[in-house]
Amino acid sequence: MFEVRYLLELAFTSIPSIRTSNVEPRTSNLENEGDYVLEVIAAQALIQALEQENVSVVFGYPGGSILPVYDALASSTIKHVLVRHEQGAVFAANGYARATGRVGVCIATSGPGATNLVTGIADAYMDSVPLVIFTGQVPTTQVGTDAFQEVDITGITVPITKHNYLVKDHRKLLQTIKNAFYIAATGRPGPVLIDLPQDMLKTKISFRYPKSASLQSYKPVLEGHFGKINEAARLINKSRRPVIYAGGGILISQACEELKQLAEVISAPVTNTFRGLSCFPGEHPLFLGMLGLHGTRYANLAVNECDLLIALGVRFDDRVTGKVATFAPEAKIIHVDIDPAEIGKNVRIQVPIVGDVKVVLQALLPSLKKTDRTVWLQRIEELKSLYPLFYQQENVLKPQFVLEELYRLTNGEAIIATDVGQHQMWTAQYYRFRKPGTIISSGGLGAMGFGLPAAIGAQLGFPEKKVILVTGDGSFQMTMSELATMVEQKLPLKIFILNNQSLGMVRQLQEFYYDKRYFGVNFEFVPDFVILAKAYRIPGYNINTPDELTQRLPDILNTPGPALVNCLIDPRENVLPMVLNGQIITKVEES
Amino acid sequence: MRHTLTVLVANSPGVLYRVAGLFSRRGFNIDSLAVGQTENVNISRMTIVVEGDALVLEQVTKQLRKLIDVIKVSDITAEEFVARELVLAKVTANPTQRGEIMQIADIFRARIVDLGRRTLTLECTGDEAKIKAFEESLRPYGIKELVRTGKIALLRGSKYTNVNNIKEEAM
Ligand SMILES: Cc1ncc(C[n+]2csc(CCOP(=O)(O)OP(=O)(O)O)c2C)c(N)n1
Repeated sequence: MFEVRYLLELAFTSIPSIRTSNVEPRTSNLENEGDYVLEVIAAQALIQALEQENVSVVFGYPGGSILPVYDALASSTIKHVLVRHEQGAVFAANGYARATGRVGVCIATSGPGATNLVTGIADAYMDSVPLVIFTGQVPTTQVGTDAFQEVDITGITVPITKHNYLVKDHRKLLQTIKNAFYIAATGRPGPVLIDLPQDMLKTKISFRYPKSASLQSYKPVLEGHFGKINEAARLINKSRRPVIYAGGGILISQACEELKQLAEVISAPVTNTFRGLSCFPGEHPLFLGMLGLHGTRYANLAVNECDLLIALGVRFDDRVTGKVATFAPEAKIIHVDIDPAEIGKNVRIQVPIVGDVKVVLQALLPSLKKTDRTVWLQRIEELKSLYPLFYQQENVLKPQFVLEELYRLTNGEAIIATDVGQHQMWTAQYYRFRKPGTIISSGGLGAMGFGLPAAIGAQLGFPEKKVILVTGDGSFQMTMSELATMVEQKLPLKIFILNNQSLGMVRQLQEFYYDKRYFGVNFEFVPDFVILAKAYRIPGYNINTPDELTQRLPDILNTPGPALVNCLIDPRENVLPMVLNGQIITKVEES
Repeated sequence: MRHTLTVLVANSPGVLYRVAGLFSRRGFNIDSLAVGQTENVNISRMTIVVEGDALVLEQVTKQLRKLIDVIKVSDITAEEFVARELVLAKVTANPTQRGEIMQIADIFRARIVDLGRRTLTLECTGDEAKIKAFEESLRPYGIKELVRTGKIALLRGSKYTNVNNIKEEAM
């Protein structure tokens, strides 16, 4: 048996045939093409390329290796947002990309600058967010010598990028950028990193930006297989108890309208993955809310009882399926996804369809019969009334109540960024998103610290919209240094800290699975967030009771400019329902 | 079950790392891996022998295809193909044993490529079974050192797995 670790070492020394191959890029014989060609240094060409890609904002943090790019950026119309930590840059680009659907761009220097990006890159990879990330690198002559601030960032990020490049040859730079934007935004989107040695950035090149990507074999399939689509239509028309299980793919392919049509034509209830939230109107009578671990009881029961599961742009994540073998036991499954590797990865599929979910739905819809499914919809209504989302309203401030109030006062139309933990799940449960792309949250990776920088990115993408950050006192402390960025950029973010003075979600796990042996979860010291806000010249408010919330919230939300609201919530509150570890999704803890 | 995959990849730096990393990360077992340039200087070909059931193989090939540098993945296990591996073996050989070892070499159509005072180095090519038998026959003499290239394979007849000849030609 081959020892794989050995192979990895081998990979770094590289096979001679691969190392010596020196293929001329397509852009190299520009001189013959007679176009107007500008002589610039590579770093300037890079900025011009970004302009050609219609990049209007980049998030970054400078350092020695990346200085040529900063020097070029200074005289560009592209807005540079100086963050306070590189993780903030990549999360902000991520929030920007999620909110706008455009490619987010961030820049960092070599070594520590590059490694500080890693969590944000992984987050974008897990949630299929299109990013192009530029990192500085030591000069080509020093690459591989453990030079000052050298890290092998392309090596480090292989498993968490859709693709990455180390551009040693300046002649390949522009084609590489073109390819990177194309790869990041098409197919199943994801982050692409470009590592830029400093000497390469200073080389003179002729600027001519390629019109298209040049990739040998990368061709995402958009159209679904005709026969499979017919088979899906047949199954749907025949089915008596269909459920639509819709995920982030719907948002990415902008298929929300098609999804709504599908649901209404075939009278099928719709449940969302966490990443899929906001792709279906939260108040729609066919909406079941989120499914899975902290999903609604009725969504999980509906999936359990359905005879056909129509899975659209989802990946059968373990947080959704619970014990895989028991998931949707009575159902045939149709699975549409643009990533062939997701189909059949975790669950056996009867009708696999590889394609862009919007294109596939458009092809599918005409073959569907409007069907009366009154009995099934009655059963759904029954489940909804038997097992509603529920919390005990008391005199202390309940986090669920904060979210209900936020929902009511914003009409479900604000952009809500969250961090990770209980507050995130309460947001998913109680804020019924009405507009596509309005939840900005770290799903697959669940990275605390995501919230504030991502909210900054979202607000920069939509300066006119109301952007609200719902965070926890734990998560907020991870990246609260970005308050300075927020103030510098004059962003009117409204920050709600659901303060339980603990790492609530982990405390909840210890309560249920470790006999309440609380350890390492209760903060002995929590800063006074209102005084902290003052340090940043942000109006701050303490809210301790439900009455205070009701009284002051309208003003806080309607006053222009930023606000930080410290909500002292009931620290014992749990996220319920909760599917028990490794069990069927109908087996839950309810109170 | 063991599968033989031929994987065409762009000759870009780090491509071996991407492929090998994918196998280790996703817990796929590589039995052997051989890499080299093809008739096209921009393309290398990896022949990977991997262990797994149909589901594992489906994931392996799909995940490989997701790599941007991977041009083509073919599982040729069920096809007719020629497979070869090269082995170099250095065995202890006192002058008295040389004759015997040379006889063994003859049987396997192996060649003696180096003659030391106490050692013989043999080169042998063949399919897996032959290489194994060859190794077993040499073992009693004391194998000092042995190196194998890993399996490489081509489809028989007018079938191809490369990119220029994707369509099967008529015989
Ligand atoms: C970077 C990171 N570290 C650790 C965790 C594990 N974790 C998940 S939720 C959580 C607690 C979050 O606390 P807080 O932000 O206060 O939110 P709450 O659960 O109290 O609402 C922790 C530590 C994580 N998700 N991300």
